[in-house]
Amino acid sequence: MSNGGRERRYRAPIWDEPIVMEMGAPGRRGFVPPATDPELAAATGPREDLVPAAMRRAEPPALPELTEFEVQRHYLHLAQETLGMLGVNLFGTCTMKYNPRLGEHLTARPEIAAVHPLQDEDTMQGTLAAIHGLDLILRELSGMDQFVFQAGGGADAAYTNTCVTRAYYAARGELERRDEVITTIQAHPCNAATAAAAGFKVVTLTLEEDGYPSVEQLRAAVSERTAALMVTNPDDMGIYNPHIKEWVEIVHAAGGLCFYDHANFNGVMGKLRARELGFDACMYMLHKTFGAPKGGGGPAVGAYGCAAELVPFLPRPLVRREGGRFRLERDAPQSVGKVREFWGNVPQIVKAYGWARAMGGDGIEAASDLSVLANNYMEDRLLAIRGVTKSHPQIGARRLEMTRYSLGTLTEETGVTVLDVENRMVDYGVDAPWLSHEPWIVPEPFTPEPGELWSIEDIDYWIDTLARVCEEAYADPELVKTAPHEQVIHRLDAARIDDPDYWATTWRAYLRKHGPRDRVPAGASGA
Amino acid sequence: MTATNAAHPYMANSTTAARAQMLAAVGAADTEELFEQIPADHRLRGGLDLPAGIRSEVELRRHLLELLTKNETCESNLSFLGGGCWQHHVPAVCEEIVSRTEFVTPVWGTPSSDYGRNHAWFEFASQLGELLDLDFVGLPVYSYGCASGHAIRMAARLTGRREVLVPRSLDPERLAVIRNYCEPAEMADHIAIVPLEVDWETGLIDLDDLEGKLSVAVAAVYFESPGYLGTIETEGARITALARGVGAESIVGVDPISLGVLAPPSRYGADIVVGTTQPLGVPMNCGGGVGGFIASRDEERYAREYPTLVLSACETIEPGELGFGMTLFEQSSYGSREKGKDWTGNSVYLWAVANAVYMSLLGPQGFVEIGEAILRRSRYAAQRLAGLEGVEVRLSGPFFKELVVDFGGTRRSVAAINEALREQAIFGGHDLSADFPELDHCALYCVTEVHAKEDIDRLVETLQEVIGR
Repeated sequence: MSNGGRERRYRAPIWDEPIVMEMGAPGRRGFVPPATDPELAAATGPREDLVPAAMRRAEPPALPELTEFEVQRHYLHLAQETLGMLGVNLFGTCTMKYNPRLGEHLTARPEIAAVHPLQDEDTMQGTLAAIHGLDLILRELSGMDQFVFQAGGGADAAYTNTCVTRAYYAARGELERRDEVITTIQAHPCNAATAAAAGFKVVTLTLEEDGYPSVEQLRAAVSERTAALMVTNPDDMGIYNPHIKEWVEIVHAAGGLCFYDHANFNGVMGKLRARELGFDACMYMLHKTFGAPKGGGGPAVGAYGCAAELVPFLPRPLVRREGGRFRLERDAPQSVGKVREFWGNVPQIVKAYGWARAMGGDGIEAASDLSVLANNYMEDRLLAIRGVTKSHPQIGARRLEMTRYSLGTLTEETGVTVLDVENRMVDYGVDAPWLSHEPWIVPEPFTPEPGELWSIEDIDYWIDTLARVCEEAYADPELVKTAPHEQVIHRLDAARIDDPDYWATTWRAYLRKHGPRDRVPAGASGA
Repeated sequence: MTATNAAHPYMANSTTAARAQMLAAVGAADTEELFEQIPADHRLRGGLDLPAGIRSEVELRRHLLELLTKNETCESNLSFLGGGCWQHHVPAVCEEIVSRTEFVTPVWGTPSSDYGRNHAWFEFASQLGELLDLDFVGLPVYSYGCASGHAIRMAARLTGRREVLVPRSLDPERLAVIRNYCEPAEMADHIAIVPLEVDWETGLIDLDDLEGKLSVAVAAVYFESPGYLGTIETEGARITALARGVGAESIVGVDPISLGVLAPPSRYGADIVVGTTQPLGVPMNCGGGVGGFIASRDEERYAREYPTLVLSACETIEPGELGFGMTLFEQSSYGSREKGKDWTGNSVYLWAVANAVYMSLLGPQGFVEIGEAILRRSRYAAQRLAGLEGVEVRLSGPFFKELVVDFGGTRRSVAAINEALREQAIFGGHDLSADFPELDHCALYCVTEVHAKEDIDRLVETLQEVIGR
């Protein structure tokens, strides 16, 4: 996006779209269901006999009435009012990479879109082959013995792990005793949350001087109550825990299982294998590391892999190859059953398989090299910006694919916060960077991740933008504090958003609490 | 071939020049130096044994198409499969909107920069709220079963009780998901799933059994209308009243495509309503089209138990301007880790956009008409199938979209019948024999607006041949 150091003129498209419920006119139609054959209608009797009176809907739902074109245009406008990946987006921890259009094109075909999961296996050999193909690739990357793709996201894969852990200990008669899951404050919140939702007590280790919890802290936490360790490595600060093998040994010695949340796989793919480090299970996010798109929050896939010892407990079905044919192993006596209906977000699995084949072993290794290289390239430039520091500056070693920075100094010196800065960066077509999961360990954090997609020019443009916004913060703090100025809407005034008398999750609730809008945009009925 | 030509189309900096420029800038001789944090004995043993990348889209497309075209589809076959994933028409505009790169690829921007997507999400919740006649709708969850599981956990927290009553006719697939949400018996917070007897003549819940099992230990009564077997639960109001009588919550599952013709569950006493989103403009996708929702009255008591992300309309600093932001974020797992309500994460947010487009396209009249079209077609199928020798349509209660067909009188197994149908390019209904002892030799047939009269006639004629052999 950089234009030889020159500025890019950018302004977000503004369409002032009404809420769809404000649009249209009585009687207008956007979609007409097929007419009923007269013979069929006669055979099925009068309308009022179709549903017993008590269960019949009294009046039609108060939905908008629009033509097909009006609906299309409305949502195209909303698409245009979404910046997403159209500028430079270095949203850390989410590994913004290219989502090959080919995957969208192929999975929209009826061979995927119009296949029902309960079809006979013989009619789904293509799908099963793709799933099996990706399974083999992930086994090679992780050293695990089997993957399952049922989980609808990374958090759901963490949940899968807690379900498998329960089943494993239930089979050994130890579940009542083993009721603790150990994680760290830098592991993704879903590890702690899914462990708690599965019924475990959560023990959270805190960071020490080196940027990770010490071996001693872990030793003090493990006991005969330890069911599992759930940990991310490297963490979101780009810090790798070099004692992780010892950690696994300590937990194993106490009889616990070890789960590697590979949320940050991009910096280490092709460099290490979870199984070789001793882990019993791991998780990859196909919508992140393996090129499937994020969809603004799914459909996603948390690919969960494990060692042979845990395979009996995995959710079913699993894809099995027998001779030249694939089949679904639908049940197993010790299986946890299901964490979600059917066998996963198949289009995403197919896209990830396509991505992995397009990249190949060589491409995957190059991608982790380039991700780490680009992050270190960024670091030198970012730390030269006034007001920017990095977490754990005492650690001299190079960070991996991302680095946690802080604008604490900038805030102290100007009063401008990291939220102000991200709201200003979007004025330059750079979507907001990731800040940090809760709790914030450094003040005013932000976490860019360049990955392998973005060019040096894009990365430079991103850095130039941050540098410019920091300069603005020193020169004209109000400009940044009132940002954005070039976006679709101004900054939210969210002071009351958690107030029950204020919040409105639906338009009908909005009208009830706030009444019709004072300023109704053009295009709304009666405007 | 020079090294530059080996650049990969997905990686801008895979050129030799870019790599060299960045290495020079960071002062490293090679990228290997940058991995200094990782101890040598942690590194990969041996190399990666994976084939080299297929950099050409031409070759990649050829390979993927070779795989995919081994599938047979519900377009080239006549399919009557349903049971948790249903073949409905997906309007072309839905396909267009959810294939837009702006919606396909983003992750999480500010309320200003990702305004359009938030606006679409708000319209998902708003229109679903109209169908359900409810004011409070969360952003979607992974699936119907996951929505049911979360709702049961909400009810357990609300009541402090640890028992849920569910009908025996519940989808075994959904039940398997719910079981995990209810935790094993060894866990302190285990929720006991108590099956409710069903009248296998009508498909309706056995009210005597319900009354017998209701107690002050019951957190919730869970039922669906239409249920897994297609039954419209005509005693919905009675069931929710009985639940209320012991202080239990009523959770009702619903297929929203039925709500132009069926009363929304809130009208017969549901406290929490859950359901599927797949019928509203999302392809079956081999089961990868499923999604779920949770909704309720806009009461703080319920709102404060939602595990989902919840989007609210919200003013901006510019007077008169409306935007959208997350409310109740603090109770999510992002806000409070293990102290949050269950957990959330990526879900099926892109499908929420498809759902919003779908509901806008159909409008009030579209939902009424599609509901009637499905009622009539499925009823016609029932009439015709019941006319076949040895074939009976089970469950005499009213039904929507799905019906139970009993082939017991033909002395042929459902599997054998389906195999014979498949030779005639028909996918017969899902075999229920293994899952329900009461429904031996039965199959669940799904009939929607995509089935024309001649499709149903063709099924009946083909079945006649198959059975007569």
